[in-house]
Amino acid sequence: MSTADTPGRSLHLAVALDGAGWHPAAWREPGARPAELFTPGYWTDLARIAERGLLDLVTIEDALGLQSGDHLAEPDRRTDRVAGRLDAELIAAFLAPLTSAIGLVPTVTTTHTEPFHVASALATLDHDSHGRAGWRVQTSVRPDEAAHFGRRAVPGLRRDAIDTPEARALVAELFGEAADAVEVVRRLWDSWEDDAEIRDDATNRFVDRARIHHVDFTGERFSVRGPSIVPRPPQGQPLVVALGHGWEPYRLAARAADVLLVTPHDAAEATAIVEQARAAERDVGRTGEPLRVLGDLVVVLEDTEDAARERLARLDAVDPLTSDAAIVATTPAALADLLLAWRDAGLQGYRLRPAVLPTDLERIVDGLVPDLQRRGAFRTAATEPTLRERFGLARPASRYVGSVA
Amino acid sequence: MNQPRQRRKQIVLGAYFPGVNHDTVWSDPASGSHIDFASFEHWARTAERGKLDLLFLAEGLRLRTRGEAVFDQDVVGRPDTFTVLASLAAVTSHVGLAGTINSTFNEPYELARRFATLDILSGGRAAWNVVTSSDADTGENFRRGGYLAHHQRYERAGETLAAVRALWDSWGSDAIVADPASGRFLRDGHVGDFAVHGHQFDIAGRFTTPRSPQGHPVILQAGESPAGRDFAAAGSDAIFSRYQKFDEARAFYDDVKARVATAGRDPDEVRILPSAAVVLGDTDAEARERHAVIHDRQVDPQTAIVLTEMIWNQDLSWYDPDDPVPDFDPTPEAPKWIRGRAPLTQDAHATARAWREIGRDGALSLREVVKQVFDRAVFVGTPQHVADEIDRYVQADACDGFILGSHVTPSGLDEVVDRVVPLLQERGVFRAEYAEGTLRENLGLAPPSRFGEPRSAAEVAAS
Repeated sequence: MSTADTPGRSLHLAVALDGAGWHPAAWREPGARPAELFTPGYWTDLARIAERGLLDLVTIEDALGLQSGDHLAEPDRRTDRVAGRLDAELIAAFLAPLTSAIGLVPTVTTTHTEPFHVASALATLDHDSHGRAGWRVQTSVRPDEAAHFGRRAVPGLRRDAIDTPEARALVAELFGEAADAVEVVRRLWDSWEDDAEIRDDATNRFVDRARIHHVDFTGERFSVRGPSIVPRPPQGQPLVVALGHGWEPYRLAARAADVLLVTPHDAAEATAIVEQARAAERDVGRTGEPLRVLGDLVVVLEDTEDAARERLARLDAVDPLTSDAAIVATTPAALADLLLAWRDAGLQGYRLRPAVLPTDLERIVDGLVPDLQRRGAFRTAATEPTLRERFGLARPASRYVGSVA
Repeated sequence: MNQPRQRRKQIVLGAYFPGVNHDTVWSDPASGSHIDFASFEHWARTAERGKLDLLFLAEGLRLRTRGEAVFDQDVVGRPDTFTVLASLAAVTSHVGLAGTINSTFNEPYELARRFATLDILSGGRAAWNVVTSSDADTGENFRRGGYLAHHQRYERAGETLAAVRALWDSWGSDAIVADPASGRFLRDGHVGDFAVHGHQFDIAGRFTTPRSPQGHPVILQAGESPAGRDFAAAGSDAIFSRYQKFDEARAFYDDVKARVATAGRDPDEVRILPSAAVVLGDTDAEARERHAVIHDRQVDPQTAIVLTEMIWNQDLSWYDPDDPVPDFDPTPEAPKWIRGRAPLTQDAHATARAWREIGRDGALSLREVVKQVFDRAVFVGTPQHVADEIDRYVQADACDGFILGSHVTPSGLDEVVDRVVPLLQERGVFRAEYAEGTLRENLGLAPPSRFGEPRSAAEVAAS
């Protein structure tokens, strides 16, 4: 049975890791480590702090282009903000042997990448982490990122023309391709049945080829024959996570994802968004487990409300933060109140975006988590061995069991 | 005290993970998982205990098929090369991490950022074995499909390597200032700018990933044809070779070093590294006996037929491997019978003739001929014998070292490290401790020629 519907349940808590934190001035803070953002030690420290807090998972941001003040726009030529990225999937792979419980969810783009490589990489991450891998699915809408590959032109989206027919068509195209990519990747994960490797000396067969299947996907942007080169991952299918801000993304998530990240700004909006997500599930005819819906929040945490607001104001005075998600500057206890109130509005948990790393991550782990634990709203031990199980999701059987190769 | 002798050549030693082919004996009781990270970790820690220079992982882009069916006799399946290497970076600290990655089915922007990331995460230990493919069957799994013409393989590989190097060079080593006091994070607003215009690629923009410790991860290649050798000589830091017999190895070494010089490079800048399987025994006779048992399992009757099918390109399951080499001709022009494995010959008819000759001369059956042709074990003997041979090859310039392996996953490397490496250390031809530094430095290779300096606008425009 699904733990997501158990009363007195544990909230889901994820943390989104990105650069020096989600505030553009974060790298200038006293606790920040701006010269170490591209070092293995920095990422190891962040993952270990998050794991100490028993958090469900960390996401690792990524993109196929440099950062920009407006994420739809080309990279600006500013020099006063963090720019540069390591490959998120490889950061996660590096962290796998150095952690033992936390979920590792890199962002991997669907637009220019090869679904076959994506499936292999994430299946391997799941093997290397013993069932803790996930995938945050992301599309690439920027023309400059398309030019990095030179294989197709993407017209891009302008924020002031986001509701034109052209813009809607582009979004539909990219999201359709993303849904196809997830479908191919899931098929490849299923393409080896669990017991395909038999090592039968008597018949001189390493595998039973009746249990290894072509996936034969044909889509507008790619066709993939399969099977995978990587045997079935420990979770069967690693956890698929998508962030969405509206009906089309909710429909994509309803078709393709296990976990939907949303950006409500108050409890009423949380209720409305969850209703929309459920409507999207009905609209696409989703069967099986419903989406787990988590709210994204940017957090600034201090011992007093005033201190939190002052820190945010100080950061904003240097370089103001704008965000798709609500920005909450408060105490760990007040944040806990908010999280529980919005849970009652229908959310099953949260992905917190620390404004400053590692400072606000440490306050999540050392302030918010104990507070939630005292209220019986967060686990006190990491008992589920796999990331799917932590979300109450059963290990799926391969769709090909019983079918002819 | 003796006069100081001339310093002996230092040997380069790597290790390959047992492969997806008949050399790997999965039925051995000691054979472990080919997928679980624990196997890779065991192997890597062993290599590091032996102070080896580098680890080497191959790549899979499709499963092998015979007829239309998945080939099930050998080990099947493997994990993603990049992902395993990044996980290994976390549990090792000195050994180089080399991966084969195909230049046909990957794009430069992703290759550059994944290798730069691996180099950063490992503290400067990444290496890329650049391979090419024109295999239409492999294309069935990828966006680009299988349309790369055979003659464009090296054009694509060369342009890929040039583009990846341009991307690596797009961040100067001083690009990140990260000074809170001045509010300057990047040195300037053009960090990461690149533009590459060629026949295969027309790409431009800004690269995401800062300069890695090596600047350019070490480039490995395995050139075989004259064009492949020239490509490797012109662009690589080390070359894998399949020439393991001493005279062949020497000839290859001389040929490639000459090509390196012709390409305008110092021949000492390129390391030549054959692969070699090792079988040890307490006596030479015991080692030979062990090898005979292992090789008998590697080339069992069914495998002998399959390897023959690789040359003849047809179903020979009806053929008796104890009969002589087939007297009928191969059919290389027919649809490929075995897919997903690199061809074993460029000229099937010539290979068939050579096999028949070996069979006639030695009065050997087909299987005996195949066993003779496909014997990867170069070094069979006592640890002392094997150490002597490795040293002899290197000091005589038949190679600069070896990529070592065995038939057992993952523990096959253990006895090589525990019994052969100490003998090489004793005689002063192999390091006793790791030096600090990057893989490139530890291999004695030159730094990349343009260390982290972004190209000028004029150079970008001219490229």
